[in-house]
Amino acid sequence: MAINTRISEAPIRERRLNAITGYSGSVKDLAARTAPGCSITNRERSFSQTSSCSSGCAQTLLSGILDAAVVNHAPLGCLGDSLYQNIAHHYGQFHRNWAYSNVNMISTNMGESDTVFGGAERLRDGIREAYRRFSPKAIFVTTSCASGIIGDDVQGIIDELKDEIDIPVVPVHCEGFRTKVWATGFDAAFHAILTSIVKPPQKKRPERINIINFRGSARVYITELFGRIGLKPVFVVPFATVAELERMSEAAASLTICGTLGSYLGTALEEQYGVPYVKSSPPHGSAGMDSWLTGLGRAVGKELEVEQLISTEKKSVQDELAEVRAKLIGTTAVLGMGPGFSLSYIRVLDELGIKVLYGASWHYDQQYDHGAQPAITTELADRDLDIPFGVGEQQNYEIANLLHGLKPDLYISRHPGSSVWAAKQGIVTVPVMDEYTAFGYRGLVNFGWRIVDALTNRRFVNSLSQRVRLPYQDWWFEQNPYHFLAEEEAA
Amino acid sequence: MPDVVEQIRNVCALGALQSVTAIERAIPIIHAGPGCGQKLWSALSSGNGFQGSGYAGGHSVPCSNSTENEIVFGGEDKLRETIENSLKVMDGDLFVVLTGCTADIVGDDTADVVRQFKNSGVPIVHVETGGFKGNNYFGHELLWEAIIDQLLEDPEEIQPGLVNVWSVLPYQDPFWAATLETIGKLLGQIGLIPNLIYGQGQGIRSVRRIPAAQFNLLLTPWLGLKTVKLLEERFDTPYFQYSALPVGATETSRFLRAVAAYADIDTATVETVIEREEARYYYYMERAADLFFETRFKPGHFITIADSGFALGLSRFLVNDLGLIPEAQFVTDKVPDEHHERIEAEFNDVVAGIPSPVIFTTDGGTIRDVIRDLKFRERPLILGSTWDKVITGELQGYPLSISLPVSDRLVLNRTYAGYDGGLTLAEDIYTVILNSFQ
Repeated sequence: MAINTRISEAPIRERRLNAITGYSGSVKDLAARTAPGCSITNRERSFSQTSSCSSGCAQTLLSGILDAAVVNHAPLGCLGDSLYQNIAHHYGQFHRNWAYSNVNMISTNMGESDTVFGGAERLRDGIREAYRRFSPKAIFVTTSCASGIIGDDVQGIIDELKDEIDIPVVPVHCEGFRTKVWATGFDAAFHAILTSIVKPPQKKRPERINIINFRGSARVYITELFGRIGLKPVFVVPFATVAELERMSEAAASLTICGTLGSYLGTALEEQYGVPYVKSSPPHGSAGMDSWLTGLGRAVGKELEVEQLISTEKKSVQDELAEVRAKLIGTTAVLGMGPGFSLSYIRVLDELGIKVLYGASWHYDQQYDHGAQPAITTELADRDLDIPFGVGEQQNYEIANLLHGLKPDLYISRHPGSSVWAAKQGIVTVPVMDEYTAFGYRGLVNFGWRIVDALTNRRFVNSLSQRVRLPYQDWWFEQNPYHFLAEEEAA
Repeated sequence: MPDVVEQIRNVCALGALQSVTAIERAIPIIHAGPGCGQKLWSALSSGNGFQGSGYAGGHSVPCSNSTENEIVFGGEDKLRETIENSLKVMDGDLFVVLTGCTADIVGDDTADVVRQFKNSGVPIVHVETGGFKGNNYFGHELLWEAIIDQLLEDPEEIQPGLVNVWSVLPYQDPFWAATLETIGKLLGQIGLIPNLIYGQGQGIRSVRRIPAAQFNLLLTPWLGLKTVKLLEERFDTPYFQYSALPVGATETSRFLRAVAAYADIDTATVETVIEREEARYYYYMERAADLFFETRFKPGHFITIADSGFALGLSRFLVNDLGLIPEAQFVTDKVPDEHHERIEAEFNDVVAGIPSPVIFTTDGGTIRDVIRDLKFRERPLILGSTWDKVITGELQGYPLSISLPVSDRLVLNRTYAGYDGGLTLAEDIYTVILNSFQ
């Protein structure tokens, strides 16, 4: 189904992409049962731990736009994530050698009376203050559970300010209660950008490539790499300007570091402006990078150049890769990540000689916006080896149970608030905090050595686990990790 | 000025879940949307001194993760199921159900759901902390109202010398754990028995013995006043209030004398402690004096940006112990209006008799604008949050992050309270100054 930018908000992933947050099975089972024409139903949980909501994902992208501002129409706590976003912002500035600044974000600070009389006045104040304080090129108004339930007409309030504020002021519908799939917030942000910022191309720029990513720590390497074949990456959305976003339609192709992140924007740019979206598996590890670069080459008609690039880059690390692989061979791991990473990191670990005992994914999109299954799913399912696989919105108690039963050498995770619990169980853990951690051939080798280091000195993990207790009853560890998942509804 | 907030320095009422986390082996159960726990933990703990998940915090907090279904049809069944299964899975001594915006706006009868568990003997309380109701200071006081009403029982007897310590807000103040330990040690030195409630080695036993205290020590200008008044009403426990967090020798000695006078502790005992501690303090301060008087980088006027009690303690230390001059003090804990005048007077009540303008605001934009308009002849010292490093940089000042968010420092057992706390703060300030040019 094509992306519709005439409607006011992106439909949630549960409806648009058949996304699920409850599943237990295996990679092959998942691939087969979500193949074209098939779908599985979500299994609800009767016990859960706090996960994350879509507004966090929306705000993480929008707060990074250099000359825009975010007005969060909500009680104060909904901007709690702005602290983390500011840290990430500083991290990105550090990688660019830029001066240190803060994210431009304002909370309308909704209170009790607003839930009775409506929050229109506060929202007007918030927008006016954002305009006055930051002189932004665009303002994004993110919604909240409170503003959504009381039914504030955000678009209407914005419309009233049209004469006063001569820049795009755009609603971003990301009420936390709408969805269990926090990545829906990426789509909410992209929907706002697509409907109000992106302009039709004035001129096609054959050298320009949109890279849909987070903070872009690998930008120097990618710029150098692409430069060798005459291409110029533009990193979006964080650290881009509004003007750069306006011209995303002029690029020759779009790539993403994470299929979960890039699906909506990449697909919409392709459908609406003919910018090809590379639908390969993500560039994590060697096979991922092969697929990513090959997809790029095909999209821009540089197949031969890319082939050579791949061969040079691969060759430059092949000895180091063999060396680190020899050290890791036979190591066992469990991993837990968002779906843009979980499946492809199964392959990354495989390339490093590590045996994956279980893969957990924080949600799963049965198809992407372009209509097909994620490429990585079919690629993994085509291998001989099947891998047990489960889906849950970062449910730490399930992971703790899995780790207790499987006793892997390693737990590899992505998302804050996850790794530490494995460490408390005495399991060496390596987080994938930066989106470019095992990026391509070089990233794979570096990641391998990071794991070797972690396994070489287990002192901290061992000492910690001997002294702290997990907050779970013994009973829990005697149950199946997916004990609280409802039975699957018969199809 | 509109009541909107740039650069948040506190969160919503549901932030009280972190106060529960601060009680050893207590487990919050939140009946809220899927993102509340993550955002509040991120703001109060991981983005603020990297205080960690603790025993059952962070992403391990049980939560109904309420979605459309609970909004449209009500979330009571979902809450019941969440509590029931939390009790099977989670290993805790006290369970506290806290509600978020979704449950409170749709009007779930949380009390009724929780009552069924309480009646079957589960140590469980509930509190309605929908984010729109107020900030985390407000939520924290609601939490204690709930614990007092729903959990605490009349004591068998009053324990002489036992003092409940109501002071800094856990997690909001990243230094809370060691600050409480320090206050406890100080009280112990003059013969009192501190009940610190939060932190390592406390837990449900400390909570349950609150009614047995001889008195409540309220070591803040206003936060917790409701709590100690409620305890007075319910258990006849009197309270003694001392507004400033004692930082450094002048204020700590003054604090000890005040508590001792209230608790009828023999003057000689207190003076012996003070003499010993001050001698030790000045042994170190004498060493620092060479640097203070011979550096080319003595800071200019100082600014504090912090919660009222902390700002008060910091500015008294800087004036009375370090001999610096205040420029402006920003109080960021949304002090209720009725306390403004008294707190302003406290800022003027410094031993050296040097007053300082006080600005009450929670908005970082206001703070930035006021600071930009000030005139500094030398590089100012700005004790504030990590947000404030940007304006400090513009002024080429010396920044030290001490209030939420403290995202450029790891905080473990550091505290600026007490005698040693003053020395630590002097070290930290001059580390920033000396690092600024080498």
